[in-house]
Amino acid sequence: MAALLDIRHRIRSVKSTQQITRAMKMVAAARLRRAQDRIFSARPYANQMLTLLASLAARTTDRSNPLLAERPIERQLLVLVTADRGLCGAFNTNLIRAAQSYLEEHRDKEVSIIAVGRKGRDYFHRRPIKLIAEHINIFGRLEFTQAQPIAEQIINLYTQEKVDAVDFLYNEFKSILTQRVRVERYLPIKPIEPARGESLIDYIYEQPAQEILSVLLPRYVEIEVYRALLESQAAELAARMTAMDAATNNAAEMIDSLTLHMNRVRQAAITREIIEVVSGAAAT
Amino acid sequence: MAEPTLPTEIHLDIVTPDRLVAHDSVTSVTIPGKDGYLGILPGHAPLLTELVAGELVYTREGTKQFLAVNWGFAEVLPDRVIVLAQSAERAEEIDVGRAEKAKVRAEERLKRFTDPQVDMERAREALRRAMARLETAQALKK
Repeated sequence: MAALLDIRHRIRSVKSTQQITRAMKMVAAARLRRAQDRIFSARPYANQMLTLLASLAARTTDRSNPLLAERPIERQLLVLVTADRGLCGAFNTNLIRAAQSYLEEHRDKEVSIIAVGRKGRDYFHRRPIKLIAEHINIFGRLEFTQAQPIAEQIINLYTQEKVDAVDFLYNEFKSILTQRVRVERYLPIKPIEPARGESLIDYIYEQPAQEILSVLLPRYVEIEVYRALLESQAAELAARMTAMDAATNNAAEMIDSLTLHMNRVRQAAITREIIEVVSGAAAT
Repeated sequence: MAEPTLPTEIHLDIVTPDRLVAHDSVTSVTIPGKDGYLGILPGHAPLLTELVAGELVYTREGTKQFLAVNWGFAEVLPDRVIVLAQSAERAEEIDVGRAEKAKVRAEERLKRFTDPQVDMERAREALRRAMARLETAQALKK
């Protein structure tokens, strides 16, 4: 009879796990909606800024801005954007694997890391790699003001020539089912395509174009950092949602097969008891 | 040859990293440029300027709308004005209590100008932002 009781206990425990995974899926789905809205509302600003930059680029030939300056690359900085929490499928694993192959690829250079998100921090904390800074617990309440210090940090490192290139490694939100790991060069800023046609209007500049460019470029870095964080957040939530959905389904399957097994065991016990009674009666 | 007709309205877009604050057809705009306030009417010559913390006013269907903007850029075209601001709040959204506190804090810091620990530029910026918010909120009551 012990076997029957054990199976019952297991079913109960699987059920409570299923409840948790289902709740996590719901929470992720609700937060994902908000994260997606955030991505959409950040887009107009980024687009307008690009248009502005393009029309400025068309007018100035001077490329002396320190953020555009390319130098031979000896020291690289990788900004690794992971999640703060686990239970989101292969989200963090994929990022860390990509980070490893990035390190492998640039082993002839001096690579240091800034970790955004706890998971990446924890992983590289224990490894012989220079971790310049960490930004953890920012995904709970992600706002533009959280992107600013990160942007400021990479700009300072770059302009003080402590690093010669800054790359971002993050998960891009493609759709709810797919995330794509992306590596993007943030600094030096790649030359912006000058605008053509209609935007070649002769502006009155309240400030010299160079001056406007030099204040605009850091803002551009900020918005790019913010975008990467938003993408990563949405991707994380989507990954968690799918992972938890799969877990909930697996739990349901497990409950079904355990219930079937339990019924068989019970049936077998009943049959055995009947046989015992019948054969006992036949013997007398 | 006929004179090219001037537009009678301006399409105003005010965007911040968090949201699209305004997307309207307006008849006039006043923006806080770095070298002083700029009044813009339809048909303005193309212009590009940096913005400082201040009050942005626009007239839409005869009524004035007030916003507090913090640092940004504005691109002016004859029939379009695009404002890229770090933050922009409508007068009715401004948290007056918070702005008052920020103002007091900034003033305190400015009083300690002998202290090398105080970043004067930052304190001045903070004061300017707080003042811009308070003035904008005031404008609504008038």
